[in-house]
Amino acid sequence: MTQVPVLPSADVDLKPEAPRRRRGPGSKEGRKGPVHVVLVGMMLLWAVPALGLLVASFRTASETNKSGWWTALVPPFHFTFSNYDYVLNRAGFWDSFVNSLFITIPATVLVVMIAAFAAYAFAWMDFPLRNVLFVVVVGLLVVPLQVTLIPVLSLFRDFAFGDYHLNGTILAVWLAHTGYGLPFAVYLLRNYMGSLPREIFESASIDGAGPATAFFRIAIPMSVPALASLVIFQFLWVWNDLLVALVYLGPASENSPLSVTLANLSTNFGGNWQFVTAAAFVSMIIPIAVFLGLQRFFIRGITGGAVKG
Amino acid sequence: MQTNRVLLAIFVVAGVPLCLVGYILLVEGGVGRLGRRPAAAIRPWLWLGPALLFLGVFLLYPTINTILQSFKNSDGTKYVGLENYKWFFTTSDTLVALRNNVLWAVFLPLLVVTLGLVIAVLADRVKYERVVKTAIFLPMAISFVAAGVIWKLMYDIDPTTGTLNAVVKAVGHDPIAWLSTPSINNFMLIFVGVWMLAGFAMVILSAGLKGISTELLEAARIDGCNEWQVFRKISLPLLRPTTAVVATTVVIFALKTFDIVYVMTSGNFNTQVIGYQMYKELFAFGNPARSATVAVVLLLATVPVMMVNIRRFRQQEAVR
Repeated sequence: MTQVPVLPSADVDLKPEAPRRRRGPGSKEGRKGPVHVVLVGMMLLWAVPALGLLVASFRTASETNKSGWWTALVPPFHFTFSNYDYVLNRAGFWDSFVNSLFITIPATVLVVMIAAFAAYAFAWMDFPLRNVLFVVVVGLLVVPLQVTLIPVLSLFRDFAFGDYHLNGTILAVWLAHTGYGLPFAVYLLRNYMGSLPREIFESASIDGAGPATAFFRIAIPMSVPALASLVIFQFLWVWNDLLVALVYLGPASENSPLSVTLANLSTNFGGNWQFVTAAAFVSMIIPIAVFLGLQRFFIRGITGGAVKG
Repeated sequence: MQTNRVLLAIFVVAGVPLCLVGYILLVEGGVGRLGRRPAAAIRPWLWLGPALLFLGVFLLYPTINTILQSFKNSDGTKYVGLENYKWFFTTSDTLVALRNNVLWAVFLPLLVVTLGLVIAVLADRVKYERVVKTAIFLPMAISFVAAGVIWKLMYDIDPTTGTLNAVVKAVGHDPIAWLSTPSINNFMLIFVGVWMLAGFAMVILSAGLKGISTELLEAARIDGCNEWQVFRKISLPLLRPTTAVVATTVVIFALKTFDIVYVMTSGNFNTQVIGYQMYKELFAFGNPARSATVAVVLLLATVPVMMVNIRRFRQQEAVR
């Protein structure tokens, strides 16, 4: 995987060529004690807040109000699913969950495909201004999307097609997320596709394959590791986004994704920790599942030997 | 309504990829009829077309439009020169937001890179490396909103529910109002960012660390360097480019901060940041010109990072 210089790439720690190396004998002597203390301490500091959230989400309101979540860890246990029942069925979180999926999946598909076409052109076609345009893409990587909100919002407000108004619709959110996700997507895929061996494309061309064949039969299958990490990033980014949904859908829309509903619940509903924690956990399930699930996908893809290392 | 949405979902998930693949096949079919040379001249633009359209409509045009708007009056009818910028740099609210962004942009990268590096180096020496890394990296997967909720529970002022204050009380101190005490609340918010991003720094620095040749490190040890010297004199200098990449990425995160502040303090108690001030000017105060001005200040803050990235990209291209 090409080292991505600007934005994160989740699969770097899974590179197969990263040697599992034990340090020299010098490092094994005596000094390990403090190392374990620091590492275990950090792990606790990182895990305890999330654990607290999880435990609190299974406690009743009366217990939450009179004692801390840690007291629930010793018997007698009084856990309940009623908070989840409340947030999913009565506080609208089930609808928001569906909205989140409904926003995230198309926005991911759109970005990955459009970026793949552009990346292939940037990597393997010759045209004037190629480098200038790509430098513009690199520049756009860091443009804060806050800069674009006002004009895009008025574009959406002005756009009407007969009875159909774009403003406040999920379509508007798809389009916006596609635009915002493209610089990173094009950048990542172009760097990866550009590092594929030139000879493969040359021999395909000699065998009479056109660019479309070379793209779908060679470039795409060989770029699976980069595509997979792009899918993860775009999916997580859109799923976790608050600002784009808040601005283009409004703070209280029937189309609101989980992030917006959770933020509303947390700012308006302050004291009810049992509901807020359950709602937060609902919003975390899919990202954590995607993250852990696709981590395995990476390892399989890489150890399968079918892909470029 | 529900069936409509399901149909739309099916159409989008199956239809959009089909349309896009169809577009490329159509382009190739059409271009193939042209001669070799016109085909080679037109083809790249058709492949780039959808991406350029999106980048133009959602990034380039709006950025230019926002810059122009920042020089206009509040209803956008006439140019007022630097009036809005004068307002920005003389109003205490925006100046507090600016100061807080400086705090974020300095301390977030500093803490994230330091912690990420410490964990990467130490985890490399133990058998449970994978477990450590997963635990530290997992917060990256969740949203800033969820992280805000998690840490609101940690920071809650009531020591019967707030975890941190329970600890504070246990050591015999009065509970601390973590989020409403102006001298510390910004740092409490920044720490939430550290909790989320340390894993990102750790993963990238760890990959860089494992890329350093074992022979080099062994040679230094044989020459009598202790572990600290090996790290200081060899690993650290070799990691410098990677560290710079991580740091610049985190600086951008810090400048754009919005969600954490929105969820945890709503910008009260002097925790306002630029990214949120811009939202408030637009939606709470209904002043798009001032909002645009705040956004342009944010954009200006990212320009140095943009320059660094472009220069680094050019150097990489020269090596290829």
